[in-house]
Amino acid sequence: MADLRIDLAGIKSPNPFWLASAPPTNSGYQVQRAFEAGWGGAVWKTLGEPILNVSSRFAAVSYNGQRVAGFNNIELITDRPLEVNLKEIYETKKRYPHHAIIASLMVEPKQEKWHEIVKRVEDVGVDGLELNFGCPHGMAERGMGSASGQVPELVEKQTYWVKEVARTPVIVKLTPNITDITVTAEAATRGGADAISMINTINSLAGVDLDTWNTIPHVAGKGAHGGYCGPAVKPIALNMVAECARNPHIQVPISGIGGISNWQDAAEFMLMGATGVQVCTAAMHHGFSIVEDMIDGLNHYLDDKGIASVKELVGRSVPRYSDWGNLDLNYKIVAEINNDVCINCNKCHIACEDTSHQCIDLYTENGQPMLKVREEDCVGCNLCSIVCPVDGAISMVERQSAIAPMTWNERQLLMNSLSK
Amino acid sequence: MVPMQEHAMTKLLQRNFVELTSRMTKNEALEEANRCLYCYDAPCIKACPTSIQIPNFIKKIASGNMKGSATTILEANPIGASCARVCPTEELCEGACVLNSSTKPIKIGELQRYATDWAMETGAQLFKKGESNGLKVAIIGAGPAGLSAARELSRFGYSVTIYEAEAKAGGLGSYGIVSFRLPNEVADWEVEQIVKLGVNIQTNTTVGSDISAEEILAQYDSVILAVGMGAVPHLGIEGEGLLGVHDAIEFVKQTKVGALPTDLVGKRVAVIGAGNTAIDGATCAVRLGADNVKILYRRTQKEMTAYKFEFEFAKQDGVEFQWLTAPKKIIGNDAGEVIGIECVHMKLGEVGADGRQRPEEVAGSNFILKVDAVIKAIGQTRFVSLIEAFGLQHTNGVVDIDETTMQTSNKKVFACGDVVFGNGQGEAMVVTAVQQGKDAAYKIHERLRKPSEIA
Repeated sequence: MADLRIDLAGIKSPNPFWLASAPPTNSGYQVQRAFEAGWGGAVWKTLGEPILNVSSRFAAVSYNGQRVAGFNNIELITDRPLEVNLKEIYETKKRYPHHAIIASLMVEPKQEKWHEIVKRVEDVGVDGLELNFGCPHGMAERGMGSASGQVPELVEKQTYWVKEVARTPVIVKLTPNITDITVTAEAATRGGADAISMINTINSLAGVDLDTWNTIPHVAGKGAHGGYCGPAVKPIALNMVAECARNPHIQVPISGIGGISNWQDAAEFMLMGATGVQVCTAAMHHGFSIVEDMIDGLNHYLDDKGIASVKELVGRSVPRYSDWGNLDLNYKIVAEINNDVCINCNKCHIACEDTSHQCIDLYTENGQPMLKVREEDCVGCNLCSIVCPVDGAISMVERQSAIAPMTWNERQLLMNSLSK
Repeated sequence: MVPMQEHAMTKLLQRNFVELTSRMTKNEALEEANRCLYCYDAPCIKACPTSIQIPNFIKKIASGNMKGSATTILEANPIGASCARVCPTEELCEGACVLNSSTKPIKIGELQRYATDWAMETGAQLFKKGESNGLKVAIIGAGPAGLSAARELSRFGYSVTIYEAEAKAGGLGSYGIVSFRLPNEVADWEVEQIVKLGVNIQTNTTVGSDISAEEILAQYDSVILAVGMGAVPHLGIEGEGLLGVHDAIEFVKQTKVGALPTDLVGKRVAVIGAGNTAIDGATCAVRLGADNVKILYRRTQKEMTAYKFEFEFAKQDGVEFQWLTAPKKIIGNDAGEVIGIECVHMKLGEVGADGRQRPEEVAGSNFILKVDAVIKAIGQTRFVSLIEAFGLQHTNGVVDIDETTMQTSNKKVFACGDVVFGNGQGEAMVVTAVQQGKDAAYKIHERLRKPSEIA
């Protein structure tokens, strides 16, 4: 079995799977249950000034019968007194000294407020702090959460204030509701952040009820935007993690968050530069026990790859992520259809015919329906293999290019030099 | 009190005739609908005799467009609610589903039932009568073919009258398909939809006695003959007139109309024949309380014409199959009641003209089975005299038609359904009859519509 222990900016946990700051980490009871189930760490539901919540709070998006493809919430930070949370954090840490407990914090952008809360939570023995600069709803209207997280100067300044007094590692949690997340990530590092975590939720409206015309969810007939998370946001989160990971100005560990539902997602985030991951929606959908397969699956994966420690996975795919201008214009792949495996649903044909490059021919051979790719017209877009419902029926295969590799950037350089 | 007991018994037996399969729940339907790949040029459509746009109606279930789903089905198949229940789907749409090659086929029949049940329950009016074109069409027979033709003609604007000899319209659906597969309400609803389009159905009206073929030919611009088939033919053996000898068609019919008979409770029954009607007779006998039901067939399982799923169903019902067994004589007591059947063992000999090995008697192998009832299911007779009353050419009771125009030897008379199906082809399916009904309507419309209507 591989070593799954991680060390994220000095915060150690028995495995890379943490529960994100959210409803699952609302109380000591829940966090202790999670640790019993196998979670390596928990970021406690955000602490701050007492707030009031509304009902209802959650909504989800189903896709073709698949429930919780995406999840939306308008719940605010903890609505329990700070003292109660601190007491339970203390008790939980005492019982589970080897698990990571990180306190998520959100206060007004004032130095004394940050100083006060940091001291209080560190006094009960947390392993680290996570500054919530990402919550997109409710708190943002009061100048906190994503409202301050969207202003690089505020991110930097508040991080700095925290670092003035913090004795434990400080993680800055970033909002995706911004044009370029690397800008705020850089601001966090300038402020002294020991790590960054991303993404918080994305501004969202889950739906509209077609009978009542109310928003989903609604509170007494009125709605407000919420924060979107769950499997649907994974590609957005993965890109943001990767963009930060490959940015030379951001040299702090990353805690990956956003739609991670299983060990495969976790491994992808780690390959793209995350030191560990945080999970929420998957646990809310299935309960804490899903971590069992996350641990088990990751273990087997690492064993199969001959990797001794999960740490060796971190960032391995980052060098492969670049700008479009660095992609080889002369690389060529084409679709190849295996008619022995094909079940003749013809989805590849119609997808190509209607929406791509019209290069999959439908014909009959010895009375059998057949499909064939006209390679000379195939641009290697992948669409046919994406819509194909059968594994192994369509492969995208590499074709030797007659021309040497050349990227757009190289081409521009060449053109410029020629025109001089 | 005997009558009370009989009433109680009838009630008990009624449970055996309740529809066997339950409707999919909403969750089941959505899950299944979402599994459909929405194939392009889908083989299920090609496998459906009525060419229902199956992926479309399934997609509409998934999207919550139930009215659209039901309309898509019933547009192509006016008897789509019955067909959802009685079609041999594994031989048709489901058998053609591409998922047979990867996972498991979509339950198209059950989804079709889910959508058409929605239409039945909401009472939504899905189709409209066309603007009257002043032309009149008579249809003989209110079975699947006749009803289907009537629906289409009415939508084109024809004034349609159906002549039906039975007390109720519906044909096979109302009288011939066992209730535990097709409850009466379904066939009744389908008839009602067609009546709502202004089609006039004259029930209890036998052409030849209540109205003559000549009158019909004189009164209408066109005529469709869709009379189906008649009673089971005679076995041609001694004892056929005994009490307890039934015609399978009549036998099934009595389980569909009025109170269930209780006289088979605890009895032994022999069914002659091994087609789908024989299975119906046998399983109905089981459900009427018979103690032992045997199907006697002069050939083997291989030659049997019943669908595989029907065969499996009968076996599950406890029906016994005795292959290579032919009846020689039905034996009665002094009261004229069946007490046994004399049979003879058969063997398969030379290949006959139909490509099947001919059964031959094994000399001296006669034996007697003690039975209390015999159900004959060796095919159905043809309405030859009716066909001849219209002066139509036919081959052994199967009306000759021009395949492309569906016209009979009288250009004014079209024919569809079982009346044009047969002569070695086995039994027609309801769904085929429905398509023929549609086709007959389209052919009539092609012939009769005003030139101005032709685009």
